[in-house]
Amino acid sequence: MTKVCVIGIGFTNFNPITPDMEWKDIMYEACQKAYVDAGVDPRRDIDSFITCAEDYWEGFSIFDEFVPDQVGALLRPCCTVCGDGIYGLGNAAMQIQTGLMDVVSIEAHSKVSDLLTYGDVVLHAMDPIYDRPVSGPVERPNYAGLPSYPEENPKPLVGSSDETDRVHPYFLAGLEMQHFLKTTGTTEEECAEVAVKNKKNAFLNPYAAYEAKISADHVMKSEYCFKPLKRMDISPNVDGAVCFVLANENIAKDLGIEPIYLEGFGWSSETPWLSTRGMEAEYARKSAEMAYKMADIVQPTKEIDLAEIDDRFTYKELQHLEALGLARKGEAKTLLKEGVTEIEGDLPINPSGGSLGVGNCLEATGLQKSLEIIMQLRGHAGKRQVPDAEVGLAQAWRGLPSGSGAVAIFRRG
Amino acid sequence: MENRKEEKPTYPKYAPGTHVRTSDIRDKKITYTWWEPEIQYAWSLGNAMSKFLQGLKEGKILGVHCHKCNRLIVPPRSFCEYCYGPTEDWVELKDTGTINTYSVSYLDPNANRIEEPILIGVISIDEAYPKPMGFMHYFGEMSKDEIHIGMKVKAVWKPEDEREGSINDIKYFKPLGGGE
Ligand SMILES: [Zn+2]
Repeated sequence: MTKVCVIGIGFTNFNPITPDMEWKDIMYEACQKAYVDAGVDPRRDIDSFITCAEDYWEGFSIFDEFVPDQVGALLRPCCTVCGDGIYGLGNAAMQIQTGLMDVVSIEAHSKVSDLLTYGDVVLHAMDPIYDRPVSGPVERPNYAGLPSYPEENPKPLVGSSDETDRVHPYFLAGLEMQHFLKTTGTTEEECAEVAVKNKKNAFLNPYAAYEAKISADHVMKSEYCFKPLKRMDISPNVDGAVCFVLANENIAKDLGIEPIYLEGFGWSSETPWLSTRGMEAEYARKSAEMAYKMADIVQPTKEIDLAEIDDRFTYKELQHLEALGLARKGEAKTLLKEGVTEIEGDLPINPSGGSLGVGNCLEATGLQKSLEIIMQLRGHAGKRQVPDAEVGLAQAWRGLPSGSGAVAIFRRG
Repeated sequence: MENRKEEKPTYPKYAPGTHVRTSDIRDKKITYTWWEPEIQYAWSLGNAMSKFLQGLKEGKILGVHCHKCNRLIVPPRSFCEYCYGPTEDWVELKDTGTINTYSVSYLDPNANRIEEPILIGVISIDEAYPKPMGFMHYFGEMSKDEIHIGMKVKAVWKPEDEREGSINDIKYFKPLGGGE
């Protein structure tokens, strides 16, 4: 089969707010850098363009229509994948493998700071009959100067109970964490150490937004949001964009680029029935199985040198580590404690800082994680460089309340 | 044909049935679930759009060049979608143009019939190029019988103290009268 490789990468800084940039501008910046990095002219050399975006995050119906200009795709084959960036990466690879396209651009971004009611969008992703009524409407901040309902004529609440009787939809993570702690014998303190490690790694990453020198005690003393989940167990949101140029191997050779191969990818989706589906990240296990098979990986713990895995909540890193087969059940906390998952350990996990250190960049999460793997395999990761990295895994979950996720495996050429 | 008139229409036994009416939904005679999302956005505009809207607030239509593609672009943008290069050299354009296309619209956003049709269309701004280059707006001070493609028009601005940096700081475009 045609071998697919990454020939260019581009990204913006990741920032909690970007009031000086339009969403088009951050996409343009990431794409332009990727095209320069690959040495290609998008108006001539790129055959197809993919963006990963979800309409509600963006605030547009049919966001697809607003994509072509800033990715360089005007009047060219262009489409949007409604999912995490790794889903787009898989689609781009398949377009190349069909032989129809030689060079494909793939972009994902977050401009979540433009969304004033993040919790409402998460809530809107829940089942309207069974799950939404027990949660939201969520409390929203008071934004100066924006239209709101006057005090004497407040907006009527949906459903029967008062707003204060309801919970923010992130309570779902509290449910899952409770289950994880119980079934694996992991403690809250051990989960807190994930935040300590990832925020420390973020110090070595110039584009990360949430680096911090903290101890597990800081996390433990942060207030409970959804017990056992505390404020500092949660990845804060961030703006940013990432773009890759993918090409078939021969194009990379013609361009004289040392390629990073996309060896395997996989994706999987759980049922949306929140109360009956599994709580052990089955989507991660399934997508990894698919990717390992494609990449001919038989013993992941021996063959994978480093991984960037979804840590939107601290316990998620440990849960995913086990689901991906990189740790045995209940063993993830031990790997963390023994320093195995530190940058200088045997299996560095989230050297970029992960979502806890870089920020939760929504559908761009998978590409931010892939970006770190590619930089590491290129040997361009600076102070956080993992020595002799040859094979890396990137994994992303689609975030609450989804049970979907994807995995990509890269190998140095 | 004569026979046809005497034929009685036949229906299958299950038809015609009873239509669901709005009142049935309101009175909860049928089961349904209802949700009203409360979702708000406030988009940062970036350099190009901010400058354009600031211009409108000051009663000016601003454009920007892509010299490579020989375009004078309005509404301005930070990059040119044709060559993918950055735009440069801002200029103030005259607030006159030509109707590129239009429609006489009889429905409001809820598809209710309206008495006085609304005139809406695309204006090619005079100094911008290549044609068509301009934006969408309303037309006023002209009848549905007078409006035509190729008609010369001029912006009618809101009073300065009512402008807020919006495309609606222009109220509408009116016919460009003789001598103007
Ligand atoms: Zn141009």
